[in-house]
Amino acid sequence: MSLKDKLISSFLAFEENIDLENDIHTQRDSAIKYFENTGFPTKKDEAWKYTSLNSILKEDYSIFPKKEFALDYKDVKKYFIHDIDTYTIVFVDGIYSSHLSSTTHDKFDACLMSSALNKAKYKSIIDTYFNKATPEDSLVSLNTAFTREGAYIRVPKNVAAEKPVQIINFSTGSETALMVQPRNLIIAEDGSQLQIIERHQSLTDNAVLTNSVTEVFVGKNANVDYYKIQNDKTSASLIDSTYVKQDRDSVASVHTFSLGGKLTRNNLNFYQNGENINSILKGVTILEDKQHVDHNTLVHHQQPNCESHQDYKGIFSDKSVGVFNGKVYVDKIAQKTDAYQSNNNILIDDTSTCNSKPQLEIFADDVKCSHGCTIGQLDNEALYYLQTRGIPYKEARALLMFAFANNVLDSVKIPEIKKRITKQIALKIGVELGFDL
Amino acid sequence: MHQNQTKYNYKRSNMLKIKNLHASVEGEEILKGINLEINPGEVHAIMGPNGSGKSTLASVIAGNEDFEVTDGDILFEKSNISELSPDERAHKGIFLSFQYPVEIPGVSVTNFIKTSINQVRKSRGQEDMPANEMLKKIREKSALLEMDRKFLSRSLNDGFSGGEKKRNEIFQMAMLEPKLAILDETDSGLDIDALRIVSEGVNRLRTNENATLVITHYQRLLDYIVPDVVHVLLDGKIVKTGDKELAKELEERGYDWLKEESTAKV
Ligand SMILES: Nc1ncnc2c1ncn2[C@@H]1O[C@H](COP(=O)(O)OP(=O)(O)OP(=O)(O)O)[C@@H](O)[C@H]1O
Ligand SMILES: [Mg+2]
Repeated sequence: MSLKDKLISSFLAFEENIDLENDIHTQRDSAIKYFENTGFPTKKDEAWKYTSLNSILKEDYSIFPKKEFALDYKDVKKYFIHDIDTYTIVFVDGIYSSHLSSTTHDKFDACLMSSALNKAKYKSIIDTYFNKATPEDSLVSLNTAFTREGAYIRVPKNVAAEKPVQIINFSTGSETALMVQPRNLIIAEDGSQLQIIERHQSLTDNAVLTNSVTEVFVGKNANVDYYKIQNDKTSASLIDSTYVKQDRDSVASVHTFSLGGKLTRNNLNFYQNGENINSILKGVTILEDKQHVDHNTLVHHQQPNCESHQDYKGIFSDKSVGVFNGKVYVDKIAQKTDAYQSNNNILIDDTSTCNSKPQLEIFADDVKCSHGCTIGQLDNEALYYLQTRGIPYKEARALLMFAFANNVLDSVKIPEIKKRITKQIALKIGVELGFDL
Repeated sequence: MHQNQTKYNYKRSNMLKIKNLHASVEGEEILKGINLEINPGEVHAIMGPNGSGKSTLASVIAGNEDFEVTDGDILFEKSNISELSPDERAHKGIFLSFQYPVEIPGVSVTNFIKTSINQVRKSRGQEDMPANEMLKKIREKSALLEMDRKFLSRSLNDGFSGGEKKRNEIFQMAMLEPKLAILDETDSGLDIDALRIVSEGVNRLRTNENATLVITHYQRLLDYIVPDVVHVLLDGKIVKTGDKELAKELEERGYDWLKEESTAKV
C-alpha cells in the first residue's frame, strides 16, 4: 500500500478517536479529500522541480505511534537552548511530554494545540485563526486532516513575552519508521512581542518524516522573531510549511539554520496585510553527505510602504544539494515596496549542486526590488591574503566560511542562539576557532 | 658592488637571499633571473615601470602559488623557503603589505588580527596572547597609525577607501612585527598627511633586527622611508642597483635610459 493510501485509510481510524461534534471535523474532512485528489507533490509541480519526495515516501511509516516513550531530560538536554530561561513545549513521537515541558498561562499562553482545539474557551480564537493563513496545498491539507497536537501560543495585546518559547519535537525511533505531523498556531496580538525557537530532533537512525505546519499571526505593531534549528540526523526528513500573516507596522523575522537532515523542505510564506510592515527571512545552510535542503520562500506585498529582506547563504559539499526558490509578489496597490532578496552559495567540491531561482512578479510601478544570486567557490585571493597573515589554509577556509555566513547570524537577537549556531558551524567545518563572531 | 650593501654585509649573514629567481604565470615568464640580498637593519627600495614584475616578486617571496618558480632559490635566514606555504612564511616573519588588499566581508579587523597573531604564536608553540595584552597592543598600534577606532570593528577592508586599506595593512604589520616587511606601493592612495603618518609608523617599527623592502614609483615615500639600497626592476630583471641617489635620478630621467642601457648590454 502506498503511503498516500495508508494515510487515507488511517484517517478513518483517526476520526473514530476524536470528537465528531468538533467544528474542525468538517475542515479535517475536506482537507483529506483535497489530499486524496492531489496526493503528494511530484517533480512535475513547478514548485517541486528540484526536490523529489520519492525516496522518503517509500518507507512504511507508522502514522500513530503505538506507545509513549519517556525521555530523561539529562539525555536530551543538549538539544535544548538550556543556558537561558525559556518556556518549553516538547513532543516525543508527536505526543506531548509534560515532564520535559514548562508551559504557561500567566502573561500569555504557551501550551498545547490539543487543548486549544478541544476546550470551549479557545473556540472563538480557533474559529478566527486556525487554518486561516494557509493556502490550498496538498501537504498542508494532509497536516490539517491529521491535526491533533502541536504548540499553541497566544500573546495578548501589548504584552511582551518575558522569555522565548522553545518548541521541540523529538522522535525516539521506537517505531522503525515514523511520520509525525505537528501543527502550531501562534498569535501575537497587537503591540505584543514574542521569540520562538523550534527544533525537530531524531534520537536514533530510524526513519522519520515530519510534515509540520505553522501559522503565525502578527498583529499591528507586534514583533515576532522565529528561529528554526534544523540539525537532524541523515535518517530524518522534514517538510516545514510556515505561514506568517502580518498586520500593519509589524516586524516578523524567521531565521532558518539548516545544518543537517536527509531531506528538508522549507516552505516559508509571508503575507503583508497592512502598511509599514517589515518581513525578514534569513537562512544559513551547511550541508554535506548527500543531504538536501530546499528553501521555497514567498513574500506577498499586498499593501504600500512595506519592506522585505531575504538573505540565504549556503555552503555545500560531498554530494549535497541546495535549492533556493524565492518568490516576491508585489501587488499593484503595493507602491513604495522595498524588497530585497539575496541568495549566495559556495560549492566546496564539484559533487555538490545548487539551484537558485529568484522569481519576482511586480505589478506596482514605484518600487525598489533587488535580487541577486551567486554560486561560487571560496575566494582564492582572500584565502591567500589570510595565509600571508599566518592563518593556515584550513583555518583560513573556516574563517571565510564563517565570514560568509556571518551577516545572517548578525541579525540573531538571542546571543545564546548565535553562540550555539556559531559553534555548530565550527564543528561542521571541523575547526577549533580562536575568535568569536 | 655598491657601498651601502657592503657596508652592512660584515654585520651578519643575509636575512633574505634570492638567487637567479625565475617565475612564470600561465606559462609566461615574468621574473627572469633575480638576484637580491637583504640584511637585517636594511631598507631596500624596488622601483620600475608598470608591469615590470615588482608585485610578482613580492608575491613569490610571500609564497603565492599562482606563480610558478621555474628556477632559482629563495633563502630566508639561510633556509630555503621555496616549498613553504604563505602561512609558514608568515610564521617565519615575512609580511607583505598588498598593493591591492583583499576585502573580506564578515570578518572584523579585530577578530582577524587576533586570529592572525594567535596562529603565528601557535606555530611557535606559544599559548594564545592573553586578551588584555592583545587589547593593549591593538590600542597602542592603532594609535601609532592614528587609526580611527571604529575601523577595528568593521569588516576587513570591506568598503574601506584606498588609503584606509593601506593604513590597515601597516596596522597589521605593526601588530605582527615581522622580520621582513615587503611594502608594495603602500604610498599609492594615501593622502599627504596619511603618507607621513604611515611612513613614521614604519620607521618607528624599524630595528637592527628587521628589514624592509619598499616597492614604489615615487621619491616622495623615500623621503620619509630612506632606503639604503635602490634597485631598478625592468622586464623581470634587476638592471641597476644603487643608493638613494638612484631614486632621485629615476625621478628626473625616467626609465628609458636604463632600457637602452640594458638592451645595449645584450
Ligand atoms: N595572475 C596573472 N596572470 C597573468 N599575468 C599576470 C598575472 N600576474 C601578473 N601578471 C603579469 O605579469 C607582469 C608583471 O606584473 P606585476 O604586477 O608584477 O607588475 P608590477 O611591476 O607590480 O606593476 P605595477 O607597477 O603596475 O604595479 C604584468 O605584465 C602582468 O600583466
Ligand atoms: Mg605592482
